[in-house]
Amino acid sequence: MTAVLASSTTADPRRRPPLQVSFSRLGRSFGTSSDRRVVLRDVTVDIRPGEVLAILGTSGCGKSTLLRAAAGLDTPDAGSVLIDGTEVRGIDERCAVAFQEPRLLPWHTLQANVAIGLPKSSSASAGKAKVAELLKLVGLDRFAKHRPREVSGGMAQRASLARALARTPGVLLLDEPFGALDALTRLKMQDLLLEIHAAQPTTVLLVTHDVDEALQLADRILVLGSSGDGPGSTVKDLIPVPGARPRDRSSRELAELRRHLLTLLGVAAH
Amino acid sequence: MTAPSTPAVAAPPRSRNRGSGSARRVRGALLGLIVPALLLGTWQLSSATGTFSAVQLPPPGAVAAAGAELLERGELGVHLGISTQRVLLGFAAGAALGLTAGAVLGLSRTADALLGPTIGAVRAVPSLAWVPLLILWIGINEDSKVTLILIGAFFPVFTTVSLALRHVDRNLVEAGRAFGLTGFRLLTTVQLPAIIPAVFSGLRLALAQSWLFLVAAELIAASMGLGWLLSDSQNNGRVDRIFLAIVLLAVLGKTTDALLGLAQRWAVRRWA
Repeated sequence: MTAVLASSTTADPRRRPPLQVSFSRLGRSFGTSSDRRVVLRDVTVDIRPGEVLAILGTSGCGKSTLLRAAAGLDTPDAGSVLIDGTEVRGIDERCAVAFQEPRLLPWHTLQANVAIGLPKSSSASAGKAKVAELLKLVGLDRFAKHRPREVSGGMAQRASLARALARTPGVLLLDEPFGALDALTRLKMQDLLLEIHAAQPTTVLLVTHDVDEALQLADRILVLGSSGDGPGSTVKDLIPVPGARPRDRSSRELAELRRHLLTLLGVAAH
Repeated sequence: MTAPSTPAVAAPPRSRNRGSGSARRVRGALLGLIVPALLLGTWQLSSATGTFSAVQLPPPGAVAAAGAELLERGELGVHLGISTQRVLLGFAAGAALGLTAGAVLGLSRTADALLGPTIGAVRAVPSLAWVPLLILWIGINEDSKVTLILIGAFFPVFTTVSLALRHVDRNLVEAGRAFGLTGFRLLTTVQLPAIIPAVFSGLRLALAQSWLFLVAAELIAASMGLGWLLSDSQNNGRVDRIFLAIVLLAVLGKTTDALLGLAQRWAVRRWA
């Protein structure tokens, strides 16, 4: 495994470097003019290249909307998203997304599904090698020819992650990618994500509702929620997480931070 | 770290009871033959006992003899060949057009708003109403017959495809878009494979319609084909040949549908 990881950092000269992401006074509302619901308001935050930012918030607070704006899957009403200094307009080649559900094409093998993530410009042979390398990286090389319904949910989610990585993204957007997995698989996937981030450095925006997941993975945690007098969610707090990864899941420092985060989210940390 | 552990893999559902599956299919086919055999028996019996006169209901033997006679004269092959050719040409063209138009209207709300009402109105025109116009415009020839069949095959495919495309899993389409698929590539990579079962339902309906429209076309203006054999036999009072044409239409229709059904089974296994 270590050999694979080492080779993958050098194998692809076209790899995009990690890119900076800036949300600038971003706002988004849904609904018709008579029944308008503000979801995001005045979100401004800069994410450093190569940083792992966890976006934490209660259900329905607009976490996914923020991520979708960065992916170009959704267009904000106000403000803008800049990646590496240029504004996101429509689907952005520099980003790759992994969703909460694997969203694999059921009629394709895992291998073919991962290949869908390859950038348009990649040659057939280079693409094939890249797919094989990624399947190995996420531990699915033995299941390359299986269909999505023939593997477990965790394996499908790993294939979805590999598909996103196939894009060699400058920014990796993860929308609660482990949310639907069982607790044990989730921990393994978190470790895998850290492995991948070490092997293929990229900026990661990770939407999650799991405080421990954010504490385990992120450099900084962005807490979204209502604040002040305006409607909708905005930046409630932006907290650096102390300690180098992988972090001890039971450290005291993190316990303090967990208490603070839970309070921000409106949960009593008994 | 070690490679992530690999959870147990669900057994592929297909390969399990292949043996008993084919046995079941043979049994199903045999069961399906019982009623036709009973019908044939009743037919033979009622003509043999004189319940109906030979003019009303010729015995199966007479129908078979009529078939053998036409076959010997080389006419039956011509009728069967030309009818099959017309159906296949009209069906292929109609299905291709239906697939294209269905894709355009199913994917674009603008195209649907623009063309939907018109296509709906054209669909509402009964098939035979086209015949005078087709004869005037195209003439009494192969083209006008194939065009009529094309019209018949177009609508079932168009309707099923355009409706099914609206209901493709939005999550899958969004994932495709997120990975840079748009337009034709999105259609062929995500949307069309997702509606393969619906496409085949449409194709089978269209094939049945094609045979229906074939008879309509050949009854009205033709000098050969099974429909012409029907009208010619009616004029000559050859009830045995009428029966022959009807039986042949049933057999041909069922055979082509079964072939399409086989293709459907393969495609659904491949894409669903």
